[in-house]
Amino acid sequence: MKPQRTNRSRAVALCAVAASGALVLTACGSDDNSEGGGDATSKAAGNIKCDGDGKLLASGSSAQKNAMDIWTQTYQQACDTTEINYKPTGSGAGIQEFLQGKTAFAGSDSALKPDEVQQSQKVCKDGRAIDLPMVGGPIAVTYNVEGVDDLVLDADVLAQIFDSEITTWNDKAIAKLNPDADLPDTKIQAFHRSDESGTTDNFTEYLNAAAPKAWQHEPAKAWPTKGGQGADGSSGIATNVQQNDGAIGYVELSYATGNDLDTVDLDTGASEPVEATTDNASKAIADAKIVGEGKDLALELNHRTKAPGAYPIVLMTYEIVCDRGNKKETLDATKSFLRYTAGEDGQNVLAEKGYAPLPAEIAAKVRQTVDGLA
Amino acid sequence: MTTDAVHPPPAPSPEERPDRPALRAGRGATHRGDRVFRGLSRGSGITLLVVMAAIAAFLSWRAAIAIQADEGNFLTTFEWDANADPPVFGIAVLVFGTAVSSVLAMLLAVPVAVGIALFISHYAPRRVAAALGYVVDLLAAVPSIVYGLWGALFLVPHLSGLYEWFEQFLGWTGVFGYAGGAPRSLFTVGILLAIMILPIVTNVSREVFRQAPAAHQEAALALGATRWEVIRMSVLPFGRSGVISASMLGLGRALGETMAVATVLSPSFVLQASLLDPGGGTFAQNIAAGFKEAGTMGRDALIASGLVLFLITLLVNGAARLIIARRKEYSGAAA
Repeated sequence: MKPQRTNRSRAVALCAVAASGALVLTACGSDDNSEGGGDATSKAAGNIKCDGDGKLLASGSSAQKNAMDIWTQTYQQACDTTEINYKPTGSGAGIQEFLQGKTAFAGSDSALKPDEVQQSQKVCKDGRAIDLPMVGGPIAVTYNVEGVDDLVLDADVLAQIFDSEITTWNDKAIAKLNPDADLPDTKIQAFHRSDESGTTDNFTEYLNAAAPKAWQHEPAKAWPTKGGQGADGSSGIATNVQQNDGAIGYVELSYATGNDLDTVDLDTGASEPVEATTDNASKAIADAKIVGEGKDLALELNHRTKAPGAYPIVLMTYEIVCDRGNKKETLDATKSFLRYTAGEDGQNVLAEKGYAPLPAEIAAKVRQTVDGLA
Repeated sequence: MTTDAVHPPPAPSPEERPDRPALRAGRGATHRGDRVFRGLSRGSGITLLVVMAAIAAFLSWRAAIAIQADEGNFLTTFEWDANADPPVFGIAVLVFGTAVSSVLAMLLAVPVAVGIALFISHYAPRRVAAALGYVVDLLAAVPSIVYGLWGALFLVPHLSGLYEWFEQFLGWTGVFGYAGGAPRSLFTVGILLAIMILPIVTNVSREVFRQAPAAHQEAALALGATRWEVIRMSVLPFGRSGVISASMLGLGRALGETMAVATVLSPSFVLQASLLDPGGGTFAQNIAAGFKEAGTMGRDALIASGLVLFLITLLVNGAARLIIARRKEYSGAAA
């Protein structure tokens, strides 16, 4: 950390000394970095093509926070004239700020709604806002049942548990999926998010698509049923699952591994139950369909996938930009940054943070769209 | 905002005594200073009113938009689905949860706070009193999220035993029914809020009790009253309006508490008799839970609920002032 910062500030200082006016400063920003500036950067950032400069403001999905942290850090090492500031304000607030023209792009846990696209024509002159899939992650179902270390569930049973239809751990439906487990008669305490969240949205979307009979509620950011217990944030769920025997809840994978919680293996109909891992989530994203129109790359996941090893409970998050009519001052930097994040280097660092890298085909499409932004 | 009992009499304004000689500095300078200070203080007063008016206007404007679009009844719907199309939301559960948890907090906190205050002002040796006062002040400085974390990680896991006892002996009332599971209920919130408002109620009460006229107390002692009788006859009547003010300050904090409630409560939009089973919700908690991911309509709906909380707080404060005004003549607080 320290030596890099020294390099950076020295480069900035040099730049400032050399610059006698704004014009020179701009030149200093873009040219220096692609050639001479490369010396100062670390290896990880070697392939980043810098372009544009100045301050890049963005906000939105808090699920993307860890990814953005590592991306902005690496990117700023390579491109020291660009300063990226991503505020994890939540998707709703992020989209609002983007639509008001305050930010260069927004991060969102769900694709834009039609009325938001309509509103976006105000900020995107001659264009509209589009969704670029960028960060995906498995949502793990975590549990705490004394004496049970391996647990397999399927969509139907999950739906019934979270809908308070199945209330004890030794229920026949659970026993059938776990013939070898010694299930106690503990009461099930199902924990859901009490705050509105994209995780809930994606989880209920999965239940709704994969178990339409057992789960008849529409997908929503706010938990749709009245049973079970609510907890604030993923950390709230993780804490409560840890504290209560008989608890089950859903969190992003990093919270499950970070808190040493057991995760449920999913019986998707594939030959073997699927574990919640970043690799397995990537396999499920590869099975997704692009449903966005034009340049919009909104994905529709196949929640009923039976592909071997594909884990279908995935939180798919997007970056939202204008296809045309992005602000001139930030366009170059936005393109350069998003090209990096959708690139191989950008995606490969995700796995260690509990995210699932985009499959190559989709990542290529995202890069292509980013190149065409205007 | 603090106690009416400690308000000083209004100082005569400078205009009323123009003949007063200017001290040291020239006449003009004092006049200028007077003018500046008068302007500043008047400006501060006006600023407060403008801010209040701006908040009220903003809340009402956005709330009107939301309430108009609401497909349910804003007052009686047991649901909060403001981001749906069409939006359906109502505040019934929130009113209930906010009122119950705050009143519970008052019931638990005020007697204890008065006890602590009396102990500090009349019973404890001076050194102990100073130390205790210091600890109470310290309690007031703890941020609410820390109370929330303590509540979620320590208080909640230790309450199920008590609740099972309640269920066993008082379960028949319905109010104290407990079906098991993590006790993240309105009652738990009430206990936590009680701890949170304890310092403010204690501090203000202590100050009031300290000011109880020594002459009254000595007179009571001279008549042969015991210490308890002194307190009952002279200190408590004198401090009554102060204690009410203190309680209202505490109630205000309890009504608006957000993070601690959000961390501890398991909210749901069900109105249930049992206070021990998880469920219910409060205004502030609901706003905190819904704001981050809310769309335009969702935010307006939350603002509408904020307006209701604003009005409830105004009503509570108004009621407190009325009570104080009526009690004044008996308590000698006007002296």
